[in-house]
Amino acid sequence: MTPDQARAMLETTLREIVPDADLSTLAPGADLRDTFELDSLDFVELVDRLSTRAGFRIEEDDADGMRSMNAAIDFLVAHTSS
Amino acid sequence: MPSLGADMDEGTLLEWLVRPGDAVHRGDIIAVVDTAKSAVEVECFADGIVEALVVDPGQVVPVGAVLARLAESAASAGPSGTAPLKAAPPRKQPPEPQPPEQPPEQPREPASSATTPVAPSPLVRRRAHELGIDLATVRGSGEGGVVTRHDLEELAHRAVSRPRVSPLARRLAKAAGVDLTTVPGTGSGGAIQADDIRRATTAGTPKTEAADDQVPERHATSGHAPDQRTTAERAADQRAADMRNSIAALMSRSKREIPHYYLSTTVDLQRVSEWMKERNRELPVGERMVPSAALLSATARAAREVPALNGHWIDGEFRPAQDVDLGLILSLRSGGLLAPVLKAADTLDISQVMALMRDLTRRARTGRLRGSELSQPSISVSNLGDQGVESVLGVIYPPQVALVGFGAVTPRPWAIDGLLGIRPLVTVTLAADHRATDAATGARLLKAIDRILQTPEEL
Repeated sequence: MTPDQARAMLETTLREIVPDADLSTLAPGADLRDTFELDSLDFVELVDRLSTRAGFRIEEDDADGMRSMNAAIDFLVAHTSS
Repeated sequence: MPSLGADMDEGTLLEWLVRPGDAVHRGDIIAVVDTAKSAVEVECFADGIVEALVVDPGQVVPVGAVLARLAESAASAGPSGTAPLKAAPPRKQPPEPQPPEQPPEQPREPASSATTPVAPSPLVRRRAHELGIDLATVRGSGEGGVVTRHDLEELAHRAVSRPRVSPLARRLAKAAGVDLTTVPGTGSGGAIQADDIRRATTAGTPKTEAADDQVPERHATSGHAPDQRTTAERAADQRAADMRNSIAALMSRSKREIPHYYLSTTVDLQRVSEWMKERNRELPVGERMVPSAALLSATARAAREVPALNGHWIDGEFRPAQDVDLGLILSLRSGGLLAPVLKAADTLDISQVMALMRDLTRRARTGRLRGSELSQPSISVSNLGDQGVESVLGVIYPPQVALVGFGAVTPRPWAIDGLLGIRPLVTVTLAADHRATDAATGARLLKAIDRILQTPEEL
């Protein structure tokens, strides 16, 4: 998966959970949970949908590391290229 | 009309999901009612056959009013012929659209008042629902002003065709930052004219920063007629105001009547975290548990151990509740709160609590709760952990006598066996009614919560 593909996947998934999310002004390092006021249930759902899209199981420890757009993109790219 | 919360004294019947002649069973969803806080699905409380729908959609009636009458079914050998229904009856298979052709004739129930408009047919209501059109806003062209299917298709057609906007109106809209999709046009064929924009700007129509030439295109995909959208927005504003009023009334009453006392303690969640991590490795990603589930489970069990905090203060005395019906206070994205209930939560295991919590949260925020899920809890929990605060000093929901609060679970220094370690800690608080209990009783509840959380495998 290229970084662009990972970004597109993340954005699509985020929009499903927060339909009115403004992604254009999102800083790459901003905390996703804080920015979009995701509670722990929202985050589980986000990770679940990402897992399904990406086609592999995202473990909880890895999910905890996906706090920002950049961190999540790095993880998805690294995991799918290995 | 069932009571869907301590602060409700009337409700608007939005929609019937059953018709006269339908067989209904206890627990079936038979109608949708609008309260100050949200639309709620009303369940039937008895088996029977729908004999008559007494209240028409759109009517506001007080709590306790008869909504419909049920005839007892042949199977149930009751002596009386008909039973008045506080709530009304759903069809057996919930909203499985049974597709009739043009409904030959609406079975009209006893007309209740001359001012009530003729109710649209089920087919029309379903179509309106599909199109996202609020029927209350549609002027019907049928006999007696009834909304016909043709009216809906007309509206939907108008919605997808580009609205006509006069050049001056477009310029004004752009200058004022008015979203053209929110402006009802009064020109011929619904065209938006300059006056419409002026009216919209003085009326405080929501503004968009990007009022560019693309606006009409965006409108084209919105699927709503312009006047429908403003109606929906107004309804949302009204709902937000109603919600605020209802919270204000209930919380004022709480602070006026209840002498609160507050206790707090810090609980080490190391064991819960490790145990949960272990369980989550085996669970499908979407069913992973979050710490809140353990906190709710532990609270429910602790409340069973300390029954003096589980119940209601009514008419100057404490009335203990039979079960632990745990109220889950949820904040909504649109603002405001809902507090659905986890019935008999002390008898559920943690995976059931997790599933219920997920389901109730989702439906409270996106869809509809059922009436039974908004019944009076016996004790409530306010979990503000996701909001990142350390502790919650809550306001009790009368007539309950206790509210348990949880702050964020965060790694903090903690003394373990004389050494300093870093542990995931949570601050648990209790707000309790001093008329019903003293602080020693409250302390027992917090200690029980702590103890239960140290053996998560028993949850």
